[in-house]
Amino acid sequence: MTNSIGEIADADFILSTGTNTTEGHPVIGIQVKKALRKGATLAVIDPRKTEVAELAKYHLRLKSGTDIALLNGLANVIIAEELWNKEFVQERTEEFEAFKATVAKYTPEYVEGITGVPAETIKEVARGYAKAKSAAILYTMGLTQHICGTHNVFAVANLTMLCGQIGKASSGVNPLRGQNNVQGACDMGALPAFFPAYQPVAAEANRAKFAAAWGVDELPAKPGLTVGEIIDQAGKAIKAIYIMGENPVLSDPDANHVVHALESLDFLVVQDIFLTETAQLADVVLPAASYAEKDGTFSNTERRVQRVRKAIEPVGQAKPDYEIICMIGTAMGYPMNYDSASEIFEEIARVTPSYAGISYERLEQGSLQWPCPTADHPGTRFLHVGKFGRGLGKFHPVEHIPPAEMPDEEYPFILSTGRRRYHYHTGTMTQRTGALEVFYPTEFLEINCVDAEKLGVCDGDMLKVSSRRGTVEVAAKITDKVVPGMVFTSFQYPDVPINKLTNPARCPISKIPEYKVCAVKVEKAG
Amino acid sequence: MVATVTLTIDGIQVTVPKGTTVLEAAESVGIFIPTFCHDPELSKPGACRICVVEIPGARNLPASCVTEATEGMVVYTASDAVIEARKTNLELLLANHPDDCLTCHKNGECRLQEYAYYYGVRADAFPGEKHQYPIEDDNPFIVRDMNKCILCGKCVRMCQEIQGNNVIDFAYRGFNAIVTPAMNTTYSDTDISNCVFCGNCVSVCPVGALSEKAMLGMGRRWEMKKVTTTCPYCGVGCSFDLNVKDGKVVGVTSTDGDVNGRALCVKGRFGYGFIHHPDRLKTPLIKKDGKLVEATWDEAIALVAEKMGAVKEQYGGETIGLISSARCTNEENYLMNKLGRVVLGTNSIDHCARL
Amino acid sequence: MANATLTINGVQVTVPAGTSLLDAATGAGFFVPTLCHDPANPGYGGCRICVVDVKGARALVASCVTEATNGMVVETESPAVQEARKTIIELLLANHPTDCLTCDKNGDCRLQDYAYRYGVRKSSFEGERHNYPIDNSNPYITRDLNKCVLCGKCVRTCAQVSDRQVIDFAYRGFNTKVAPAMDTNLAESACVSCARCVAVCPVGALTYTPLAGKGRTYELRKETVTCSFCEAGCQFDLNYKGDKVIGVTANAPGEGRPLCLKGRLGMELRYADKPLTPMLKKDDEFVAVSWAEALGLEDVLAKIKELEK
Repeated sequence: MTNSIGEIADADFILSTGTNTTEGHPVIGIQVKKALRKGATLAVIDPRKTEVAELAKYHLRLKSGTDIALLNGLANVIIAEELWNKEFVQERTEEFEAFKATVAKYTPEYVEGITGVPAETIKEVARGYAKAKSAAILYTMGLTQHICGTHNVFAVANLTMLCGQIGKASSGVNPLRGQNNVQGACDMGALPAFFPAYQPVAAEANRAKFAAAWGVDELPAKPGLTVGEIIDQAGKAIKAIYIMGENPVLSDPDANHVVHALESLDFLVVQDIFLTETAQLADVVLPAASYAEKDGTFSNTERRVQRVRKAIEPVGQAKPDYEIICMIGTAMGYPMNYDSASEIFEEIARVTPSYAGISYERLEQGSLQWPCPTADHPGTRFLHVGKFGRGLGKFHPVEHIPPAEMPDEEYPFILSTGRRRYHYHTGTMTQRTGALEVFYPTEFLEINCVDAEKLGVCDGDMLKVSSRRGTVEVAAKITDKVVPGMVFTSFQYPDVPINKLTNPARCPISKIPEYKVCAVKVEKAG
Repeated sequence: MVATVTLTIDGIQVTVPKGTTVLEAAESVGIFIPTFCHDPELSKPGACRICVVEIPGARNLPASCVTEATEGMVVYTASDAVIEARKTNLELLLANHPDDCLTCHKNGECRLQEYAYYYGVRADAFPGEKHQYPIEDDNPFIVRDMNKCILCGKCVRMCQEIQGNNVIDFAYRGFNAIVTPAMNTTYSDTDISNCVFCGNCVSVCPVGALSEKAMLGMGRRWEMKKVTTTCPYCGVGCSFDLNVKDGKVVGVTSTDGDVNGRALCVKGRFGYGFIHHPDRLKTPLIKKDGKLVEATWDEAIALVAEKMGAVKEQYGGETIGLISSARCTNEENYLMNKLGRVVLGTNSIDHCARL
Repeated sequence: MANATLTINGVQVTVPAGTSLLDAATGAGFFVPTLCHDPANPGYGGCRICVVDVKGARALVASCVTEATNGMVVETESPAVQEARKTIIELLLANHPTDCLTCDKNGDCRLQDYAYRYGVRKSSFEGERHNYPIDNSNPYITRDLNKCVLCGKCVRTCAQVSDRQVIDFAYRGFNTKVAPAMDTNLAESACVSCARCVAVCPVGALTYTPLAGKGRTYELRKETVTCSFCEAGCQFDLNYKGDKVIGVTANAPGEGRPLCLKGRLGMELRYADKPLTPMLKKDDEFVAVSWAEALGLEDVLAKIKELEK
């Protein structure tokens, strides 16, 4: 997030795209509702009629996978009506002319044809966004999990720069991250091309710096594979995998393929708190401590570093993940000895410029948002004040492309997947709480009543949903949350492993799979 | 310059910004005034009147939470009249309150009890009718015992002003007034109630009317050790307190988080049961003849080191992939990055940011 | 010494012969409630809350007075045991004021602990309740016999000191109560205010008068100190509220020793932030006295003054 969570409540205009905020991020949903009570205008871009869409003044119910057209359409209106922030564009950006040329054809009427959103609504939202004193854009995976995911984000960034709605309080680009420490995992170099703090491994100076810090002569130079590629290459270019706290069998697209790939490895180690679907395939399973059993830090979606504190001893013989990693490193001849999580953090601060000023001692006084380069730096509430990271903000003109797999006669429905309020990711934790799974015990498939009538199904009837990759059975939930021709469910139930169906087609830049659109057929089961 | 006023509270001169209430002014110099319905984060109904103070010249005893401090004001927070009023207030509340401290889960963390003890008020001043509402426990998260409700309305305002769901409000009049979802239904009737079980109402209840169901019978409040930590679910990063008794996590309660204040969602507040779930992995496992069997740490680590070493030796480090975790800590992700690049010799390390 | 090996809740336990089932079970980490059992004064077997299920026994047995023997099979929380304990708690509560709201023992009361543990919200036995006047004739000890569960621990600890034996059970049946001779109040009795009885009372029947209303048990932090007035080595608790010592209470007498008021007052003067006003009994009346008199230091102080002149 370029802004902080608390700033959302003060925004005059909120453009929320591909985020089911009140279910996926309920406590951020609170901020959105607070902004509405203070008089903010909310526009929601989502093919589903989510709870937050119902709260919105404008629900732009676009056809799945047409985000770029819509975002370009908004830019088109803003340019055509001379609402853009000329001063900001002039002083802080480059490549505006190319962008202007690209969006020229995305007139509201043209965009209505692609997206199904009325031209008049597009105009009103464009005006609202451009004229607002402060305008925050919120997005999550509904925007990014497309083959054009990165381009979708470019289209968002273009819009903010066009209106100068970035680099100030309550105005900016705010991806709401889905997992407690996905921000931190990225910051810490759990990425194939980067050391901690996004220092490229390809740069010799960086490798030299880390080699010195870690006391070795050299480090591998070639950027590695992403998670999807690691699994695709399992049994081929990848011979062994060490998985810590992930369950790709349920979370990755085309689950049958994932299982097959993992089975073809020479060696698979899985470290987790439960014997997940993935752990069952492992050669060695290592029992890890839960968050309640260890010290550490998480970095949240607004770059805020906060303490995790040990409350109880690890259950059974489980150990904190950091201890296990150190045991493996040491057993392989590279001694890794730390007395505490705090000592690891001190090392992090030494090699990670954006975390350099953070310490456990300071965190006892309160959390800190990076960048926090020095011990007396107060942390950073919002980014890009006066200047972007790269200097001038660059417009990346992008064109609409359709999803990789569109409905056809055999597979006439679009399947989209997401999350439920009562569950989390693959359900490893939330299916075992004694409360959440009691209240929300089974998954269902949202289907429009028009389609339900055609298929002759009632609420609760079992449906067989199939794609070119697999089949699952799931109960029907008839609702107007989805439009005719679209079905939706979550990936959080082992009983409904919907990722057997999803399309592993990926965005060529970010390698993100297209979970939000694949073609399926729906039949009555039995 | 902010305009200020100076007043005298219990003989102490206090200078506060204009607009400050008498309650806030008193608290700023460490003077205790009891409150039920007042909450600094919520609007001020001035309803419960337990915070009354004596201001010579005033028509009656004003509620300090809604009385603005003015220049030259003289305030007594514990005069005979004030204490008499507070005692009567407590006696009236206790007249329709179950005598249940014996087993009440809020014993030790209940304002009604705290103030009754402080002012030496026993329960039997006004015998009369008591409500006999059925206890609402038809959902797995929250138990509502309206017999214990003192109608302070903090839950109502929390739901309206913080959570923004407007699930509950006051219904009926007089002795029959009750806090309830629309149509006098239950929380679990979500089509009507719109309740999302965030439990934020529970976090502000000053008495035993609202409770976390899973914490009932798990220990008295004074037996719980509270450990402030960060939620393990979504990326918002809410803070909360793990409540620990005898080495076990027995509940989650609100703290004052930098991100979330006291607000949490249903997963954060009620989704901790997995920690002690019997399915938890408790020993290392090694696959032998296609089956995972229990092993010692020494065996497991030695096997991992040997096999990883062999793959690195035979095919090169770049043939090893590491999938790190967005659910693990920064420290652990950092070490995974270090282990991969230094020890295993691979840059193929990633996590589920894209999923 | 011979051992006995038995099975408690499915776990094999070996203990020295002569060990009680209670000690064997708690030693193995199992919880057994007790009201009348005093480790310093064991073998009474009055309250029956510690009953356990012994396979083959005629009835549930009181574990505090049953010896562990070879081959015994014991269940400490069987349904029958739980049922019995619940009934005992209900019977006790039938004649107990539900006064946790303001009771000074709230948070440190066995009856409350066990009622919570076994989920006994109120008694199902309605009936007469005692309405004894509260005895606050003694300036140090408040006796509220309405809250007494007749465990007799106070009687037995007092009787351990041969020249005291101030209190005992009086009357019969429902009217049984713990009383000084002639059923007088404490001030008129031979009580020397040592507070051995208060230290062992499991409920709110005996409490410290100077601490009444000063704070809930869970707000107080206790720190044990050894008395330095004589060589007996009795233990007292400093009661902290925040960083202030608000009072001193008796913890335990030294082995075979009596415990005394002078020692407690001495600790009070030494440690308490605002020591209480000492009271001594003169001509059968408690009167406020100087600290020098309370601690018997008048002669010594006079001499010191003399010498310093």
